[in-house]
Amino acid sequence: MSYFRTVWLVAAKDLRTELRSREQVVTLLFFALLVLVVFNFAFDFTIIDFVSLGAGILWVAFIFSGVLALGRSFQIEREQDRIQGILMAPIDRSAFYLGKVCATFLFMAAVEAVLVPVAVILFNFPFGPRVGAAILVLVLNTLGFAAVGTLFAAITTQTRRGELLLPLLLFPAAVPLALSAVRSTSHVLAGHPFDRYASWIALSGAYDLIFLTTAVLLFDYVLDE
Amino acid sequence: MIGPAVSIRNLEKLYGPVPALNRLTLDIAPGEFILLAGPNGAGKSTLLKTLALLLRPNSGSIHLFGEDARQGDRTAIRRRIGLLSHQTFLYDHLTGLENLVFFGSLYDLPDTEGAAREAIRGAGLDGRGDDLVGTYSRGMQQRLAIARAFLHRPDLLLLDEPFTGLDADGSDRLETHLRGVRDTGRTCVLATHDLPAALRLAGRVVVLAGGGILADRPASSLPASELEALVRAAARPGTGPGALR
Repeated sequence: MSYFRTVWLVAAKDLRTELRSREQVVTLLFFALLVLVVFNFAFDFTIIDFVSLGAGILWVAFIFSGVLALGRSFQIEREQDRIQGILMAPIDRSAFYLGKVCATFLFMAAVEAVLVPVAVILFNFPFGPRVGAAILVLVLNTLGFAAVGTLFAAITTQTRRGELLLPLLLFPAAVPLALSAVRSTSHVLAGHPFDRYASWIALSGAYDLIFLTTAVLLFDYVLDE
Repeated sequence: MIGPAVSIRNLEKLYGPVPALNRLTLDIAPGEFILLAGPNGAGKSTLLKTLALLLRPNSGSIHLFGEDARQGDRTAIRRRIGLLSHQTFLYDHLTGLENLVFFGSLYDLPDTEGAAREAIRGAGLDGRGDDLVGTYSRGMQQRLAIARAFLHRPDLLLLDEPFTGLDADGSDRLETHLRGVRDTGRTCVLATHDLPAALRLAGRVVVLAGGGILADRPASSLPASELEALVRAAARPGTGPGALR
């Protein structure tokens, strides 16, 4: 079977499961909305400029809701030992990894697609002509977060304290990405020209590439007992 | 001469300091139907999962179909193995048919949907194939799990307590199905506490105790009462491998 068909099968299975259960997206969405609302009440945005705080607020909401998505993604496989059914199959295990990354990316992207317009309304901050740059920043950093998060979720799912270990392992590894995401989003919100934050975009791109490649190469060992 | 389908040498598997498999050596010929008996904790499930390449042994070797399970083409070996475990591996939010199509697609079956529909019929789940598995009873889930394990027609079937949760009709279907497996020359290792049903199918009985082999006999020479006595003896503290061989 072609490698990418396996990727699609795994991602489609997760999406179909989610469409029926709506467990992840609803939890993610409510959590992320709560973060936005709390920040909206915490700061007086008639005094504070949204540009200086907005990137941080948005990425706190995206990253923490993303951790929920990652935990649930592998919890589903751990219940009923479903992961063993996958591991028994004659497939390249890295295709399973990429399928999980695709599904997590889409869940997070769906939440972001709702959250960003809500933020625009809550904080009264129109993106205007910066939408294209904002999408680029969101896609690159969400992909990186899904890539590194799926790898660590797979590692921790084999352990008894997986839910506790996942953020402990993930957050230090995701620091460069979080930094890049917040800085490049700040530049986009401020309406700076692309040159000012091209290096941050390059950092996110390199991070995605490194983690996706490393995970694809190592995933067979990650899932080994 | 055809070599054994399964060849295990000095297999050792430890869970922490506790040995689950204790230098176990066993050969299984192609087409053999083996009943794996023994008390709880004897190492039956660990042996099946190790044979399914889901557990890595601490020492010893496994050759499956002549290929070293550690060094050989593990993907090719996996294609030839079917496992029914204690858990069903099924997704509650997919229908019975979708579950089978998903697993069948992972095995790249030529007509996955056709094979899945046929398997649903064979499992006696006609009319429920399009229902979510979460709505199935435990017995129905077990029927579907059995259909999943058989779907890609594996050369080596590893069955761990397959009769669990099945009603009389389900047990009869499974027994008929397993008879078909035996008659088509596929290799089967069946671990169960339902000894009379398993003895009707098996050609050879291996009794495990403490992670090793306590007895290894032809099924025809072992009436159910004697086998039950053996299993009870295996459960006694201090009974180790080879004590009654």
